[in-house]
Amino acid sequence: MKEADKIRKGDVRTATRLIRNIEDSIPEAKTAIKHLFPFTGRAHVVGLTGAPGAGKSTLIDSLISRYRKMNKTIGALLVDPTSPFTGGAILGDRIRLQRHAEDPQVFVRSLATRGALGGLSKAAGDAIHVMDAMGKDLVFVETVGTGQQEVEVMNHVHTVVVVMIPGMGDDIQAIKAGILEVADIFVINKADREGAGRLYQELMHMLDMAGTFAGGWRPPIISVDTMFKPELFHEGVEELSTKIDEHYENLVSKNLLGSRLRRKVMAELNEALQSSILTPILRKIIDSGEMESLIEKLIKKETDPYTCAEEIAKKYLR
Amino acid sequence: MTERRIRIMVAKPGLDGHDRGARILSRCFRDAGFEVIYTGCHQTPEQIASAAIQEDVDLVGLSCLSGAHRYLFPRVVELLRERGGDDITVIGGGIIPDQDLQMLHDAGIKAVFTPGASLDSIVQWVRENVSVK
Repeated sequence: MKEADKIRKGDVRTATRLIRNIEDSIPEAKTAIKHLFPFTGRAHVVGLTGAPGAGKSTLIDSLISRYRKMNKTIGALLVDPTSPFTGGAILGDRIRLQRHAEDPQVFVRSLATRGALGGLSKAAGDAIHVMDAMGKDLVFVETVGTGQQEVEVMNHVHTVVVVMIPGMGDDIQAIKAGILEVADIFVINKADREGAGRLYQELMHMLDMAGTFAGGWRPPIISVDTMFKPELFHEGVEELSTKIDEHYENLVSKNLLGSRLRRKVMAELNEALQSSILTPILRKIIDSGEMESLIEKLIKKETDPYTCAEEIAKKYLR
Repeated sequence: MTERRIRIMVAKPGLDGHDRGARILSRCFRDAGFEVIYTGCHQTPEQIASAAIQEDVDLVGLSCLSGAHRYLFPRVVELLRERGGDDITVIGGGIIPDQDLQMLHDAGIKAVFTPGASLDSIVQWVRENVSVK
């Protein structure tokens, strides 16, 4: 398989074209992924998630600089939202990573969500595989600026970094379900702002209540000052990269990579089933006009969604 | 269901830091249903070419108000060709004197939009001249 070979040799054009074809759901792209799949699993995949404006891209930019000094090769996947009205998107996170544009060991690719919920794009999992197969040591995944429950990133990465900024809510936030639960590392960014101390206390309290942690890994909380204090900022980023490395070492030494891998392949299989079974059926009922007539019937209350689904399943799943 | 989306990179090469036009145009492309990668100000032609390849864009739109377009625009085309991106369409905009248009055209800039060009006409041009590779 020529395409897969080229990607494994690090050919950026072929890699980025494949990511494009995955995004566009071109059937041939699946063949390439099939060929690449055996060669994936080597990279340490790190996800950064958190509210819009929390500073995820800026942190990734600094982490890249830090890891490049250690001679590591880097992939970065940046996800930004698609307009629900026009289907268009502005992918603007690359701005903060442009100083690495000419470094051949850094491959940055932006993705639009294209309607996917969960903070990533449907193509993200395969795009990570592509960067992994290219031989990147680390792959950073920046989610769309998330709210409380865009936790899809945990299914695709080894290490989840949740980036927070002070002043975003009261103390009930820290005990809610959702994004705070999936963190392996917390970053309080812009920690010189008012409210950082309180945020730190709340997170500590939340972790104290949690009691036990898988593999004994209690998520550390790292405070990073704003970029206006370059030295303090770099100190924070250095500490973050150390914790990212320690987290991976912990996964390896405590045999926890296996359970993360299980979660990952289950999510991937789920997505593959969707695209191999559900999508073709949807296409058939849309193309044949069946969808329109079902919608009419539903509006007139002549049937209900469950009956429709059962009939479609009977017809197409034999 | 396959769904091809046109991908566009909007970039500002050189020292000119006035990017309101580039941002308005990016927004306009977004509203037309394109995926737009905006790389910001102060970019070297090398950075722009490299990013365009990594992002697999169909079109690069360059904006320059400083007068350096005579060097910067052709240089981007040249670098894209060198790096295997000769199928990427390059257009330009900004403060471009009429007497430079032929020179830019000869250098491979497919269209130039100067002050007064309507946003609709630019989107229309893209729809007519750019398709997914």
